[in-house]
Amino acid sequence: MSAPASTLISEAMAGKIGAEVSRRVSFPVSASDIRKWAMAVYYPKHPPRRYWDAEHIERELGGRWVAPHEFNPFAWMTADPSGFPEVDRLDPDLLEKTLGIDGPGLRFQLNGGLDVEYRGDIVAGDVITAVRVLDGYTERSGRLGQMLFTTNLETWTNQRDEIVQVRRQTGIRY
Amino acid sequence: MNGPTPEAGQELDPLRWTPGFDVWNRFAAVNDEFVPIHMDDEAGRAAGYPAAFGMGYLQWSWAHNLLREFAGEDGRIDKVQGSFRAPSLKGVEVTAGGRVTEVSRDDATGRLVCELEIWTRAADGSPLLPGSATISFPGTD
Repeated sequence: MSAPASTLISEAMAGKIGAEVSRRVSFPVSASDIRKWAMAVYYPKHPPRRYWDAEHIERELGGRWVAPHEFNPFAWMTADPSGFPEVDRLDPDLLEKTLGIDGPGLRFQLNGGLDVEYRGDIVAGDVITAVRVLDGYTERSGRLGQMLFTTNLETWTNQRDEIVQVRRQTGIRY
Repeated sequence: MNGPTPEAGQELDPLRWTPGFDVWNRFAAVNDEFVPIHMDDEAGRAAGYPAAFGMGYLQWSWAHNLLREFAGEDGRIDKVQGSFRAPSLKGVEVTAGGRVTEVSRDDATGRLVCELEIWTRAADGSPLLPGSATISFPGTD
């Protein structure tokens, strides 16, 4: 790695650090959502019974369907914003466009890493709200050229305003 | 935790997958992640890799499967951190593993707190998702 010759981080981008990027509200999490998620992430093995067997969950867990920790309650569609998204979710500049500024115009984006603090369970019936804040930008040069690292801090709360997860996600664009 | 009290240095039982489109398509279906680099070898090459490659978040899930096995019914996963270092390629076996690095008692709660080093690795041992985790267990007197 070496220091970049020119910066990808514009003044406008730097000025948005700390800004709220998005606020999403999930539909109520269903037992079927949990079952399908578990079947996918344990495939080709069978997931533990606590994720799919209603009788077992009723008998052993008091009917409490707890989602796998990393379960995504926002897949496919959210209650708010509602309907089909009008933005191109694969657009590498989507974050900056959402904030009303120009992005760096890079072609590719990858998930760089995650740091998640789990404070509570996500249970069938829960409605999860995620508030994402732009935490910062860094950049460096690597094998794939000049790379921009963007960190977002997202807090997930349930319908009782209990924080269930605090998530720091780093995206890589190049 | 299924068994005796964990100790520093203890290895977690590894889990293994051989990824391919059958695995990735299932995850794409539940995570709404139908992205060309995960579906099409040409798109993977255009992004600078040898072929299509797996989702980072699926690696993340596999690391959690490992931690859930270790935590058992009583343990609580408190924190997980990981960096996506390399793509998981089609047909290349992935191993999720981990090691207990420290065990301590939380004086405030009495819980037994385990710090862990975790990873997913490719068949040649190269790191895909190195990271760390904290899992705690109810205290016993």
